[in-house]
Amino acid sequence: MAPPALETVAAALTRKGRWKIGEIVFWLVAFASLFFLPERHLLLNEIAIIGLFAVSLDLILGYAGIVSLGHAAFFGVGAYVAGLTAKHLTGEPLAGLLAAAAAATLLGFVTSFLVLRGADLTRLMVTLGVALVLGEIANQASWLTGGADGLQGIALDPILGTFEFDIFGTTAYAYSLTVLFVLFILARLIVVSPFGLSLRSIRDNSLRARAIGIPVHRRLIAIYMIAAAYAGVAGALLAQTTQFVSLDVLAFHRSADVLLVLVIGGVGYLYGGLVGAVVFKLLQDFLSGLTPQYWQFWIGLVLVVLVLAGRERLTEGARGLWTRPRARQGGSPEPVPTTPMRET
Amino acid sequence: MVAALETIGLQKRFGGLTATDNVSFRLEMGARHALIGPNGAGKTTFINLLTGILPPSAGRILLEGADITRLSPEARVRRGLARTFQINQLFPAMTPLETLGLAVSERLGGGWDWWRVIGTKREIVDEIVEIARRFRLLDVLDERTANLAYGKQRLLEIAAAFACRPRVLLLDEPAAGVPEAERHELLETVATLPRDVSVLLIEHDMDLVFSFADRISVLVNGALFTEGSVQEVSTDPRVQAVYLGESVDE
Repeated sequence: MAPPALETVAAALTRKGRWKIGEIVFWLVAFASLFFLPERHLLLNEIAIIGLFAVSLDLILGYAGIVSLGHAAFFGVGAYVAGLTAKHLTGEPLAGLLAAAAAATLLGFVTSFLVLRGADLTRLMVTLGVALVLGEIANQASWLTGGADGLQGIALDPILGTFEFDIFGTTAYAYSLTVLFVLFILARLIVVSPFGLSLRSIRDNSLRARAIGIPVHRRLIAIYMIAAAYAGVAGALLAQTTQFVSLDVLAFHRSADVLLVLVIGGVGYLYGGLVGAVVFKLLQDFLSGLTPQYWQFWIGLVLVVLVLAGRERLTEGARGLWTRPRARQGGSPEPVPTTPMRET
Repeated sequence: MVAALETIGLQKRFGGLTATDNVSFRLEMGARHALIGPNGAGKTTFINLLTGILPPSAGRILLEGADITRLSPEARVRRGLARTFQINQLFPAMTPLETLGLAVSERLGGGWDWWRVIGTKREIVDEIVEIARRFRLLDVLDERTANLAYGKQRLLEIAAAFACRPRVLLLDEPAAGVPEAERHELLETVATLPRDVSVLLIEHDMDLVFSFADRISVLVNGALFTEGSVQEVSTDPRVQAVYLGESVDE
């Protein structure tokens, strides 16, 4: 009597952790692009970086339900710390990454107490405020950051003493993509773990989450710090691969862009950030080639269409790729048309 | 003998309104105790004080003799005080499997695990299956909670609290809104809860109260009005007077 139920239950629980075919293909294509499209590596590097930044935002927004309009705060701090580390301490890129991650995590810890206090609107304003404050500090502290001129003179050693950065961006892209991949795997582990599940439960119903013994505040602080570290690393990658940091890393549009990326790709499944980054950057590249001055108009239009038409409908076809293997489960019926709530 | 749950002079004021008025209440070990009262008597406030959603204005709360007055809701759950909600508070996008897995792994100290999925721990799987069987959720374990029949959702509501392995279980109108056809299944699982769990039932439905409880407390205007055995309370003319104008469910 017991064994079949046990097996089914265990299988159903572990199912989410398994890699789907679509995912494997995604990463194979990503790494294959290292050997093709050499003239696009600078752009692909940017995509990898904004993708990592979006994964970071997805961790708090998509999984824990924390909205943020100031996620650039962590990105910017990571960028400056990586830049300053390279300039004053060591040119070893990985050391810069670690320093950036540590600084961003610390900032995440400190600001989490402000952010987690309120409801959505409060959070939007507080995150926005924190990013603006940091932006102004970076502007004023020009002795350290270079202010409006940007932080210059960043020189990096070869990665692990072996891989020299080249002008085509190939090493840079390989570096960013590898970091993205490693951190993505980590994030993927996190979101299907009990810890990740508890975040989803907090997002869905924090009252009940507390009622089954989940320390809501501590969990949110933890994921906020993790997301901050991710964003810091993304910022560090930008600083290292462009060997320059400008005030732009803390700018409001950076926080807005990454939110846009998530809206395009979809929240709450990690790949949304990556898909969104690809679409966003390619669109930006394509549109700014067509109309250098008005590309933002078209991006805006795409966004409006996306939200009105509902991304669900647009991506329904693509979705099938990620979720296919679950159909094999004999006993469990195919999730009946999951009647999505229709806006009226 | 120490009480499973005890309040001493518990009080909650909202401005000029006293929602809980100097309530000293004992829930004995292994009890099946019902708390009744007309609408607005302060039953919900009392539950929220017990579970720590609201801080009391005065008084103390003891769980098996230990003072929990200042503990957070989640800390009380870990000490063995779990509750269900009158209106379902579930995770609609999750499956019952995930809900129970979450509660069980949280209790067994795996809530911070981030490097593996829930199903890799045998003890957790075993316990999920056991709870699902007790609450007749085995056949719907892998469906979205939002898609479950209402009766099953009510069962999950109790199962999720039970998965915290409480010493004291607070049931807030467990059968509220459950259609007649699904009612029997629910009442039977409530009736067969293990005796080492002390249960406080907050209920409107007198049939359920009389069939389930061995003691009844009556709350009126935030204060304990009377307390006694089912026999005593059900024949008390004052209690009937309190309920005049209230429809006592048939």
